[in-house]
Amino acid sequence: MTTTIETPARTTAPAQLRPSVPAMPRHLLSTGDLTRPAAEHILSTAERIDQAMAGREVRKLPTLRGRTVVNLFFEDSTRTRISFELAAKRLSADVINFTAKGSSVSKGESLKDTAWTLQAMGADAVVCRHSASGAPQQLSGWVDGHVINAGDGTHEHPTQALLDAFTLRRHLGALDGRRIVVVGDVLHSRVARSNVLLLSTLGAQVTLVAPPTLIPVGVARWPAQVSYDLDAALTGADAVMMLRVQRERMSGAFFPTAREYSRGYGLDERRRALIAAHAIVMHPGPMNRGMEITPQVADGAGSVIVEQVANGVTVRMAVLYLLLSGELDGGS
Amino acid sequence: MTGLLIAGASPYGEEPADILVVDGVIAALGPDAARDERAADGEIVDAAGLVVLPGLVDLHAHLREPGREDAETVATGSAAAALGGYTAVFAMPNTDPTADTAGVVEQVFRLGEQAGLVDVHPIGAVTVGRRGERLAELAAMATSAARVRVFSDDGDCVSDPLLMRRALEYVKAFDGVIAQHAQEPRLTQGAQMHEGEVSARLGLTGWPAVAEEAIIARDTLLADHVGSRLHVCHLSTAGSVQIVAAAKQRGTRVTAEVTPHHLLLTDSSAEGYDPVFKVNPPLRTPADIEVLRAALASGVIDIVATDHAPHASQDKETEWDNASPGMLGLQTALSVVIATMVEPGLLDWRGVARVMAEAPARIGGLDDQGRPIAVGEPANLVLVDPAARWTVRGEDFASLSRNTPYEGMELPGRVVGTYLRGRCTASAGVVAGVQV
Repeated sequence: MTTTIETPARTTAPAQLRPSVPAMPRHLLSTGDLTRPAAEHILSTAERIDQAMAGREVRKLPTLRGRTVVNLFFEDSTRTRISFELAAKRLSADVINFTAKGSSVSKGESLKDTAWTLQAMGADAVVCRHSASGAPQQLSGWVDGHVINAGDGTHEHPTQALLDAFTLRRHLGALDGRRIVVVGDVLHSRVARSNVLLLSTLGAQVTLVAPPTLIPVGVARWPAQVSYDLDAALTGADAVMMLRVQRERMSGAFFPTAREYSRGYGLDERRRALIAAHAIVMHPGPMNRGMEITPQVADGAGSVIVEQVANGVTVRMAVLYLLLSGELDGGS
Repeated sequence: MTGLLIAGASPYGEEPADILVVDGVIAALGPDAARDERAADGEIVDAAGLVVLPGLVDLHAHLREPGREDAETVATGSAAAALGGYTAVFAMPNTDPTADTAGVVEQVFRLGEQAGLVDVHPIGAVTVGRRGERLAELAAMATSAARVRVFSDDGDCVSDPLLMRRALEYVKAFDGVIAQHAQEPRLTQGAQMHEGEVSARLGLTGWPAVAEEAIIARDTLLADHVGSRLHVCHLSTAGSVQIVAAAKQRGTRVTAEVTPHHLLLTDSSAEGYDPVFKVNPPLRTPADIEVLRAALASGVIDIVATDHAPHASQDKETEWDNASPGMLGLQTALSVVIATMVEPGLLDWRGVARVMAEAPARIGGLDDQGRPIAVGEPANLVLVDPAARWTVRGEDFASLSRNTPYEGMELPGRVVGTYLRGRCTASAGVVAGVQV
């Protein structure tokens, strides 16, 4: 039995993954666009890729040979760019890094012109990082290739949430009913937005913890609970995800001092002891050690921060593979 | 002496009555008009089935000249206005150079006269360069050939309370009015859209309603204190309605405007990140829309003003954060008012004449616009086909810019003809004999 997919041939999955292949969105712009089957399919594909890579001498799959992936980074992010680059290269895609320092405006070329340039060059996928919320979505209207949001302003960072979910599932199994606490600058965090949507889709209970100044107005409609009391929220949590606090927020009026923030919302060993023994500690990086997380906790038992980085490559391979492979399987 | 006979139109949508126009003035009305000898060899316009209203008056438009003639000129903005049924337009001073001197306002005024399609009345800046630091030479603008009566730093708020007080006081000498762009700047730093559920989800910096309401509350109290006239530009929130209603009840000399887009569109328009929906103040919620419509019907909000804000495509087809705020309005305003106010039964045609012609003319200090359809009055008229429906296509607009938020939308009511002192300035979508 084959599943009919609404979108055209490019989203059709390879034969070995049939039956019951869920429909993938054409672009990965928001984790809110992923149904539970689609999200689970990405995660299980990542598992399969991980197994396929394990013990291989040449850590490379031929899947995306001849495909071009453009890393379009309008905002500095060496970590995410390298992760996507590695993911694409391990799938044998041709990778082009297009790094625009500063904003597109200061560069003098509009986002639209850049999009048309990429279009003319025939990019099959565009991985877009931008300081403006929504830029990848706008881009998706101007190019034929698949657009993957690699972090846009204070909106979303879907592959970060997918790698977080992947990491969580490895340690906790299915996420139904699991209590996950996300702590920090929720207001400005694209990681938090993507995680709230994805983890709730996967059945987890998400609690956001932050000083009230860093919780957005309108949060009541999010599929998450909100708390201002970290100690209380940590009790019984299966995982705690610490968000980076940007330097520029510290000098603003969001909270009085870094020290007061640490006292109220930093994860130290005392608080680490409040969560269950099986629980894990996560951070999307880069960390402000001593600010939102102490070095002892970051490097201590239950910390999966380094593992998150490794999983990032695997999950991004799965995303690239699923978005692009539909175009390949016609002939294979 | 030959006349123009507008035959069979219904003034204010009421009983049909012929209108004879001679020398730019309504010379006869009703059965007398057709019998008048001056109608005999004149032009006759068959207006049966059409509604005739006083020519519309827009208290708030951006014509972009001088400075951004790539986005709009006084001439193209005038054409858009005529096609939209307007006979008078007030031009906001956020030009380059700023309209903060007698020289610049006279330049805009003369450009309007040259275009000759609508009366263009420049609004003067309240402060030099609209920088909010010191008063511009308001009296010089008032006594210039442009006879400026409305002053505004629109685009920016006169946020300094002392400067606002002084401006309110100072313009009393020539019965001027300060039209305030109510936006507390500190509460709206980097603001991109209405602060609420949608902005939280989209990750766009919020523009809270309180940033508008706090300024309106302060300004109405200042207007009370110094006994001056205050006009609130583009009021956009339910809370602002409450504040203005309370001020009016206690006798404050305050008037308020709402834009067509704030009567129709909501913050959820931002969901596709298309900056054509970026505007300042931002689109609000369905609950706000409901209150704004009711307030316009009840008179708490006095007028509809377009805030027509043309932008070149490169300033709109860009990241939301970087895009310029504002949308076209002159050619869609009447239809949007019909859709949001007339069709739901909130406003009749007399009401439309009140909020789109009579009250704006009065607030702007015009004695020859927004007049009743009566013998002896200037023949500033607009003929509207109330039964027509049309699909908005920005590329068909007379404006040099294309940033209409209604693209592809079907709207009710079409302007069939616009008459400025008896002279046809737009007819069936064509400006004064020129194909646009």
